[in-house]
Amino acid sequence: MQLIVIYVIGLIFGLGISISGMANPAKVLNFFDFAGIWDPSLIFVMGAAIVVTAPGYFLVLKRPKPVFGNGFTLPGTKLIDRRLIGGSFTFGLGWGLAGFCPGASLPVLSTGNPDVLIFTASFIVGIFIARFMIQRSAQQRDAATTS
Amino acid sequence: MIETEFTPLAASLGGALIGLASVLLMWVRGNILGATGILTGFMQPSSSADWAWRAAILAGMVTGPLVYLFIAGEFPAIQVPVSTLSMIVGGVIVGIGVTYGSGCTSGHGVCGMSRLSPRSFVATLSFMAGITVMVFVTRHIFGL
Repeated sequence: MQLIVIYVIGLIFGLGISISGMANPAKVLNFFDFAGIWDPSLIFVMGAAIVVTAPGYFLVLKRPKPVFGNGFTLPGTKLIDRRLIGGSFTFGLGWGLAGFCPGASLPVLSTGNPDVLIFTASFIVGIFIARFMIQRSAQQRDAATTS
Repeated sequence: MIETEFTPLAASLGGALIGLASVLLMWVRGNILGATGILTGFMQPSSSADWAWRAAILAGMVTGPLVYLFIAGEFPAIQVPVSTLSMIVGGVIVGIGVTYGSGCTSGHGVCGMSRLSPRSFVATLSFMAGITVMVFVTRHIFGL
């Protein structure tokens, strides 16, 4: 039962991405092309998403726990550091090269569009590269502290 | 470059559905609807139950464009103004960036901003800055 509900939630997200134009690189890149052929549409995507999510979260998070499960899984860290800023800025640079972001590319995998497949495969490679680098630097830190 | 039409209604409707899905996932299972986090956990799950809900939401996501096809009679438009090389290099950079930055447009930009997380606010400003710089450089300095 829970999985069917979650499947439908994914479907709503995928339909929203499809309607919004977030999965259209030309539209995404034109939004950020303030000095050129600016298309303001995307501010309406993020604006409408937040207008729905912010009051929705406010109400939901006042409840003791979610419908299924014992509690809400919210990121605990409050740290604003170079890793957060540098990582996010780097993500923006890649987004500006390709025109896709992860949440937009995943749903439209089902269109079979070759660019979507290439982008998605590449960003998964990127995730594993980063996880490997993070793991290695953690090991080096451990080695330095134990020696 | 490909010119695109200003579509505020479709953008708002799509955005509202993205928001609705985010609220529902928090209400039903208590999780942030962030594409990066869901996919990363799907590839390296902590338990079979953890894998199952991620598989279900991802299966739902890829069904979305099929429902769009059923309603609109065509798949959503995907116009690509960049080369395959940009797609590959951009993709790898996106994967590295979202992993270090702990989230992407859906996780930080929608969910994090909506719960007034200062971290997500900074992250969103940072990736907006990154994409603006890259679009300016590729289009107006290199003229791609």
